Amino acid sequence: MATAAESLTTFEPRITAFVCNWCTYTGADLAGTSRLQMAPNVRIVRLPCTGRIDPLFVIKAFERGADGVIVSGCHPADCHYTAGNYHARRRFAVFRELLDFMGIDTRRVTFSWVSASEGGKWRDVVNETVARVQELGPFEAYHQLAGRQA
Amino acid sequence: MKELQVLARKLLAEGSVGVVIGYEEGPHGVRPAFITRSEDAGRLVFDPRCVHNLATYLSPRRSVVKGLGKPAVVVKGCDARAVAGLLRESQLTRDDVVLIAVRCGGVMQHPAQHVDLRAETVADRCAGCDVREPHLFDFMVGEAPTAPPATDRREARIRELEAGSPADRWAFWQQELARCVRCHACRQACPMCFCERCVADKTQPGWIESSPHPRGNLAFHLTRAIHQAGRCVDCGECERACPAGIPLGLLNRKLALVVAERFGHHASDDPSVPAPIGSYASNDGQEFIL
Repeated sequence: MATAAESLTTFEPRITAFVCNWCTYTGADLAGTSRLQMAPNVRIVRLPCTGRIDPLFVIKAFERGADGVIVSGCHPADCHYTAGNYHARRRFAVFRELLDFMGIDTRRVTFSWVSASEGGKWRDVVNETVARVQELGPFEAYHQLAGRQA
Repeated sequence: MKELQVLARKLLAEGSVGVVIGYEEGPHGVRPAFITRSEDAGRLVFDPRCVHNLATYLSPRRSVVKGLGKPAVVVKGCDARAVAGLLRESQLTRDDVVLIAVRCGGVMQHPAQHVDLRAETVADRCAGCDVREPHLFDFMVGEAPTAPPATDRREARIRELEAGSPADRWAFWQQELARCVRCHACRQACPMCFCERCVADKTQPGWIESSPHPRGNLAFHLTRAIHQAGRCVDCGECERACPAGIPLGLLNRKLALVVAERFGHHASDDPSVPAPIGSYASNDGQEFIL
């Protein structure tokens, strides 16, 4: 158990997760009802399908203070809409390379396939991402970019 | 050039097209020309200063050009790829346009330069060009060209950036994007940026902040680049249109290399070749997915 003084000094990253309704959201639900212990740093945004996840969501999450992002959905061949995850896989394969080329550390962005029965895998994905981002520290480079008010 | 003028005169005189979009001599080098009367066809020129991608004028948002009647467009091989892109994405039907293809032996970096094709002056995209003789056309003019001495300087720069750390690349792009004034000239010049309302102009909801500050600039350029992934025809017009000299070609080229490596896709002037984003294979690489 961390003491109060310790928890004030440990960096608690803010992670935004964009997940599909049919697999990962249900998987995360299973993790919850199974009372699996996991890091409490993740805010979940539920979408119908990974195919609905626009790269702009990731950009907006960083703009609004996220230190890391998780994108997760159904395993290949399991998509509720047949092919949404295949489209997402191509899109994010390219977007990830673009982020890297523009200097955004891709260790801040996790992609995963988590099915409705993989509560344990969801816990692992969350814990792993939180630990990784904790090590990288707050994404100050992005958060400190001057906006309109500056 | 005579061949081009004769053809344009004939097309306009017989009334099969309303306008011939080509190039003419202007006060600052070669510029795009809209020839609507057959007696003006003598103004048309074509030489290595004709760098502009005239396929831009075929995009459906160009309502003024549409008003001139059915267009005949002078296209180089790289421009024909943009026409193929518009056909592929159902922005144009093949009967809407007459394509006058020119055999091209490479172009300069800028239309105001003197014609002097050397490795230092030729445009980056001319290196390794496989469409010196376009494949998509109604008429073909010009003589069989020889390839110019050319190297793609962008690829060396990309490798140099990739050798550094993410923090180095972040610093580089922040420094470049700091000059962006969000005039959106890159978007307007692009033949493949044809959305009636661009997401960058939308305010409800406002995904991309529209004033020129570092946060909005990064969001805009990430979005512009990803929307061009696998669609960019590498005509270089965005970078040439940029008043701030931001090396947009590096982003486009980088993503072209990514889609070539991952999906085996190369910009094509065949409209039946599907775009890599929007199609998929069940065995696409997924080494980055947990």
